[in-house]
Amino acid sequence: MAEVLLENINKNFGKIKAVDDFCLHVMDKEFIVFVGPSGCGKSTTLRMIAGLEEISSGNISIDQHIVNNTHPKNRDIAMVFQNYALYPHLSVRENISFGIRAQKLPKNEITSRTMEAAKILGLDELLDRRPGELSGGQKQRVAMGRAIVRKPKVFLFDEPLSNLDAKLRHKMRVEMKKLHQQVQTTTIYVTHDQVEAMTLADRIVIMKDGKIEQVGSPDEVYHKPNSQFVASFIGSPAMNFFSGTLEVLDNMHFLRCDGGETIDLVDWPDLIGSKLTMGIRPEHMELKTEKSSKAVTTVLDAKVAVLEPMGHEVIVTCDSNIGEVIGKYTDNTKLKVGQTIHFEFKKENIHFFDENSGKRVS
Amino acid sequence: MIDQASRIAYLEKIQPGKIIIWTLLFLGGVVMITPLAFMISTSFKTGTEVFNLGIIPENPTLKNYIFILNESKFLRWMLNSLWVATFSTVSVVFFDSLVGYTLAKFTFRGQTIVFVAILSTLMIPTEMLIIPWYMMSREFGWIDTYWGIAFPGLMTGFGTFLMRQFFMGLPDELIEAARIDGWSEFAIWSKIAMPLVVPALSALAIFHFLGNWTAFIWPLIVTNDPDLYTIPVGLASFNGEFETDWEIVMTASCLATLPTLLVFLLLQKFIIRGVMLAGLKG
Ligand SMILES: Nc1ncnc2c1ncn2[C@@H]1O[C@H](COP(=O)(O)OP(=O)(O)OP(=O)(O)O)[C@@H](O)[C@H]1O
Ligand SMILES: [Mg+2]
Repeated sequence: MAEVLLENINKNFGKIKAVDDFCLHVMDKEFIVFVGPSGCGKSTTLRMIAGLEEISSGNISIDQHIVNNTHPKNRDIAMVFQNYALYPHLSVRENISFGIRAQKLPKNEITSRTMEAAKILGLDELLDRRPGELSGGQKQRVAMGRAIVRKPKVFLFDEPLSNLDAKLRHKMRVEMKKLHQQVQTTTIYVTHDQVEAMTLADRIVIMKDGKIEQVGSPDEVYHKPNSQFVASFIGSPAMNFFSGTLEVLDNMHFLRCDGGETIDLVDWPDLIGSKLTMGIRPEHMELKTEKSSKAVTTVLDAKVAVLEPMGHEVIVTCDSNIGEVIGKYTDNTKLKVGQTIHFEFKKENIHFFDENSGKRVS
Repeated sequence: MIDQASRIAYLEKIQPGKIIIWTLLFLGGVVMITPLAFMISTSFKTGTEVFNLGIIPENPTLKNYIFILNESKFLRWMLNSLWVATFSTVSVVFFDSLVGYTLAKFTFRGQTIVFVAILSTLMIPTEMLIIPWYMMSREFGWIDTYWGIAFPGLMTGFGTFLMRQFFMGLPDELIEAARIDGWSEFAIWSKIAMPLVVPALSALAIFHFLGNWTAFIWPLIVTNDPDLYTIPVGLASFNGEFETDWEIVMTASCLATLPTLLVFLLLQKFIIRGVMLAGLKG
């Protein structure tokens, strides 16, 4: 059990700045997820915590000790790699116990801890197999077994589920969460899958180009994204964006889009005159086939272009006079391509970002 | 009539290309086997019959074998060869893979220079090295010692290069995982890296062993004492200045090939895999 403190971490590979002034305080027992597009520096940060990569500057502490120059084996961490890194010539039993055998523990301790880990992960039956004789999910479990048998202070996972198919990934995700609830070890988990991030994390760290864009609970990053990047990264289908200028005429507020078209809004007095990007999530727009008579905040008229039925809901891609809009609906009403519909949404679900910096302004 | 029809069908199936290939392979086989057959047959012939080219000896005899095993130092040479070849093979397996691993999986200053230096030794033919080796051996008193025979083969540029290439193919994660687990670098090499390159290692070991078993020029130069001759040198010593007892030479050669044959039979699987791996001709 331990805290991990990252202070102003930088990492340069020659001219490439892979990690840029990274600051984060990971609490004891916390499940932290690093998420971001490919090449944003997630793995590099994790590898620096593990000690597999030297840091260019900054401080890393684990459990109140600065470990900048500590050998990986003395950091008391365990890491699970994307392709599992199982030793092909060793049995599952030997793979799991390999780490604690290095610590020269007594034999019966090694056996009992191996059995314990195998039991937690349901590997009892497979102990004598070689990795080559295991399925992807089983390999993944052996890799986790190798980590938990060590009882480390911190778990580091680098995209541990990305080699699995969608169904198995969901199953392992649940097991992962169960495992964390059981052993409660501080965990840092890297993924580029926002669903994994949302479902697993206590706090999510969203990264872009080596920098932290936002740190927050899944709720926070979903409801209050700090920037347009975060807003577009979290949530599926992605948030709709419209850019333009907020204007006022006869006490009516509206966004004048770059093409000249407008969409009516209600009072945003402090933003008048600024160049903005407005964001609204598909699930926050109510789809209506008839215009409702009661006064709603904003209505966007659109024409259905593509329907994507998912069973429990339908994703609708529409054309509107301010650009393409994606919406969702669960209604049983049958929509037809070409039909005119109306999206209604409330003020509190609208996000505004500065058009140049992409930062949140509302 | 049926007979005639099936004969035609059979003849139509024969493709000219196949006939040519099989003929060539057959001729190649004959060329390879004939000397061997003569070697074996001569070893059972008497001295007077040697120049009679019949493949079956007229009066088969074991006299030559008895003579060699009783009257010459053949067994001693066999042991010498075995010792030198084994010793240098163990050394090559250890050092070549250790250096190859270091070059493949570590980055350090001067790495490229070391690698290029090792590669460049591949371009120097043995014949050119013999004089410096000899001068070195004379200075250090290595003439007529096992060490003197073995030292040039204790590490090879080729083996180092080969092992480096194979270690490059090992995923870094395996090594990093073991490092996090707390194993020493040496333990990682011996417990993780080495077992995973066994096919390459065995290829290297087999070729090196056979190469040393048949090495001639250097052992000939560095040994004067017949007690230290290796097999090829001993064989050559049967060649007299004026006349040669060919039946004796052939018998000794037969005996000398036995261990090689044994190695091949026992390790056939490894050798074939090794040859394919190393992309070498056997
Ligand atoms: N050993 C290295 N040498 C040079 N550049 C590197 C090295 N490792 C990573 N980089 C660079 O650092 C940046 C961050 O890489 P990193 O592997 O951390 O990305 P990532 O977020 O893990 O991406 P992915 O989701 O694809 O795994 C990339 O631009 C990458 O090209
Ligand atoms: Mg990565």
